[in-house]
Amino acid sequence: MKTHQFEVLVVGAGGAGLMAGLYASRTASTAIITKLYPTRSHTGTAQGGIGAALGSVEEDHPEWHTYDTVKGSDYLGDQDAIEFMCNEAVQAIYELEHMGLPFDRTPEGKISQRPFGGHTNNVTGKPVSRACHAADRTGHMILQTLYQQCIKNNVTFYDEFQVVDLLMVNGAAAGVVAIELASGEMHLFHAKTVIFATGGHGRIWEITSNAYAFSGDGPAITMRRGLPLEDMEFFQFHPTGIYKLGILITEGVRGEGGILINGLGERFMERYAPTVKDLASRDVISRAIYLEIRDGRGVNGQNYVYLDVRPESVNKYAALDGRKNPDGSPFVVTGEQILAKLPDIVDFCRVYLGVDPVTQLMPIQPTAHYAMGGIPTNKYGEVISNEENTTVPGLYAAGEVACVSVHGANRLGTNSLLDLVVFGKYAGLRAAEFAKGAAYQPLPADPAAFARAQFDQFLTADGKENAFDIAREMKKVMFDDMGIFRSGQGMQNALEKIRELQARFKHVRVTDTGKIFNMELINAWELGNLLDLAEVTTVSALARTESRGGHSREDYPDRDDKKWLKHTMAYLRENGRIELKYKPVVITKYQPKERTY
Amino acid sequence: MQITIKIFRYNPEKDKKPRYESYKLEAVETDRVLDLLEKVKGYQDGTLSFRRSCAHGICGSDAMRINGFNRLACKTLVRDTGAKITVEPILGLKVIKDLIVDMEPFFENFRSVIPYFVNDEPEPAQERLQSPEQRERFDDTTKCILCACCTTSCPSFWANEQYLGPAAIVNAHRFIFDSRDRAAAERLKILNDIFGIHRCHTIFNCTLACPREIQVTKAIGEVKKAIVTGSLE
Repeated sequence: MKTHQFEVLVVGAGGAGLMAGLYASRTASTAIITKLYPTRSHTGTAQGGIGAALGSVEEDHPEWHTYDTVKGSDYLGDQDAIEFMCNEAVQAIYELEHMGLPFDRTPEGKISQRPFGGHTNNVTGKPVSRACHAADRTGHMILQTLYQQCIKNNVTFYDEFQVVDLLMVNGAAAGVVAIELASGEMHLFHAKTVIFATGGHGRIWEITSNAYAFSGDGPAITMRRGLPLEDMEFFQFHPTGIYKLGILITEGVRGEGGILINGLGERFMERYAPTVKDLASRDVISRAIYLEIRDGRGVNGQNYVYLDVRPESVNKYAALDGRKNPDGSPFVVTGEQILAKLPDIVDFCRVYLGVDPVTQLMPIQPTAHYAMGGIPTNKYGEVISNEENTTVPGLYAAGEVACVSVHGANRLGTNSLLDLVVFGKYAGLRAAEFAKGAAYQPLPADPAAFARAQFDQFLTADGKENAFDIAREMKKVMFDDMGIFRSGQGMQNALEKIRELQARFKHVRVTDTGKIFNMELINAWELGNLLDLAEVTTVSALARTESRGGHSREDYPDRDDKKWLKHTMAYLRENGRIELKYKPVVITKYQPKERTY
Repeated sequence: MQITIKIFRYNPEKDKKPRYESYKLEAVETDRVLDLLEKVKGYQDGTLSFRRSCAHGICGSDAMRINGFNRLACKTLVRDTGAKITVEPILGLKVIKDLIVDMEPFFENFRSVIPYFVNDEPEPAQERLQSPEQRERFDDTTKCILCACCTTSCPSFWANEQYLGPAAIVNAHRFIFDSRDRAAAERLKILNDIFGIHRCHTIFNCTLACPREIQVTKAIGEVKKAIVTGSLE
């Protein structure tokens, strides 16, 4: 088996992985391993903006950003980490600009900002322009810029290598096992530190904005190695996905004045969030859409509502709301401006819906979007292994895969890009620093044994089951019973179904027995990850008898701070059962109160 | 409706030479070609191999020749292709397996044009200022997703892989015309090479192929003009 040795090993080349790699490589030998080419990473699909209280166009403060994030999290976010992120945000944006990131500009040449859901002026309660943007392809520009900087700094990449196991020796990280897709060979990467930046796992759900690559490899791997997963019951459904396809339509559409309309032609968000209306936070809007549809006010009785960004509608409602430009003039848009600010959205609608959003309505439905939960870390990206926050020597996680927790029960839009820039950087810095004072752990006798066993299963099983059928059934039951609204009975049903599917999965056999780009084999393994994460998500959710942020229960409609103001820590035990433990939320300045928008 | 999809197949571990395989399946007009490939892989032939990730035209993984044109499989709908679809790997790069080609020469060309921001002047405490007009100057070329649709549609690239190709020039353009960048002269020197910009014969295949609708030939023309005039105006 080919063996490589690096002081710092980054798994994943999205925003968090590239940021970690850039920083670690300044002082430590570093490699980034990625199953895709780096520019294919899912960070590239983020659209609307990255949050920071620059105050380019109006008054804003990191303290306001902190409070909004705490409130958005439904008080489940750890306030020390949130404050850290929001304070770091301003410098992080300037740093990206200094790397060449082409942000849109204000007339004075500063970085342009726009309103986004849940981001407010803390004095007036009105939306504030905090999202720094590059048209509606902000994530694309972040990903490209960071990759360009990695080229500039000669960072080492292993492109199209699928990481399949984490090696832990003496309780510390010792490296990873990866499959080179082009040859099918297993490689051993011996390391002093490992940083997981593998992204999310939204492919568990039927309607999702997530890439095929989002199969939860990182959390599935660390869970099998006995490490806990935090707050997995909290998964965000973004309100505006393209009907049936789930492709994301950015919240920036509503930031630019777009509104949601039900089948009766009503702007229904007025009823659910009287102050900020269509710019309430995502969990609130997704629930509102669900309720409109449930009560028969979907369009034509179907499972969708409309998003309306036609200039005449935007201008009508902006006038009703009294919305003003920063210079005090009334907020008015033209079709050309919509096209200039949201070119990709216009393109998606034309291609996938045959609809022109400048003149027509967009049919949308909520789409599974973002994992608030994941591998537990502290605010420096160090992975923690228990309820006492004990760190795992040499192991780090950053970006969507991690749970710091800055997003708590519901993430605010623009905070995911911020999260991966800030915590990617700190994970990289910390790992490099740790590597300087640490020795390589000795490798186990047969380091690839555990990974090999997982893959051999697909070549020797009886082949009675089809992987695509199992995936389809998983996605359906998760969308039906583990979606925006949940109930004890529904979740129990989902859990039984997932366990049935896990049993059937053991009968999946791949027909491709070759070595070169055996994607059937890789995809089968990815499905196993999704099934395991679907199980831990459902078990965590079933236990939480309250409603908070992205976890809404019809049988427990209220938030219960007395019992549930705590993080879930889920462990996969050797007997295959999942054990739940809990740890307290860090509260510094903001005591939980009722959450209204 | 019933669709017939004819797919280029080649597995170097088994096949002496490439072949085509046809598959029939049910589809609707709004299905993406990528959806059809997934269905074929799931239910008819698990060995079919192709790259894909985001499935909505942003990650750039699934560039292929669809009915003779370079397209992203996730951005091409049955509505556009009709009921008979032929899918082949993009041209000019070595086929590794089925629809997967060796992307390394493509990325090597990309890396050779200094595709990153250069400015060694002291950094200001806040952002470097840039007017909306200066920002607009290079907006179009910031959209590139490095899918290779343009470069592998270019007859000059087919003729010689050493030609940097449209995608590399587009990425050079993105920095050459950025008012904050300071390495334009160096990039123009690299592009003013026998395998550089002069291999472009304004055939426009690249512009037609770009799934991001970048005006590729126009961008190349602007770089040519900058080389000839020595001015970025």
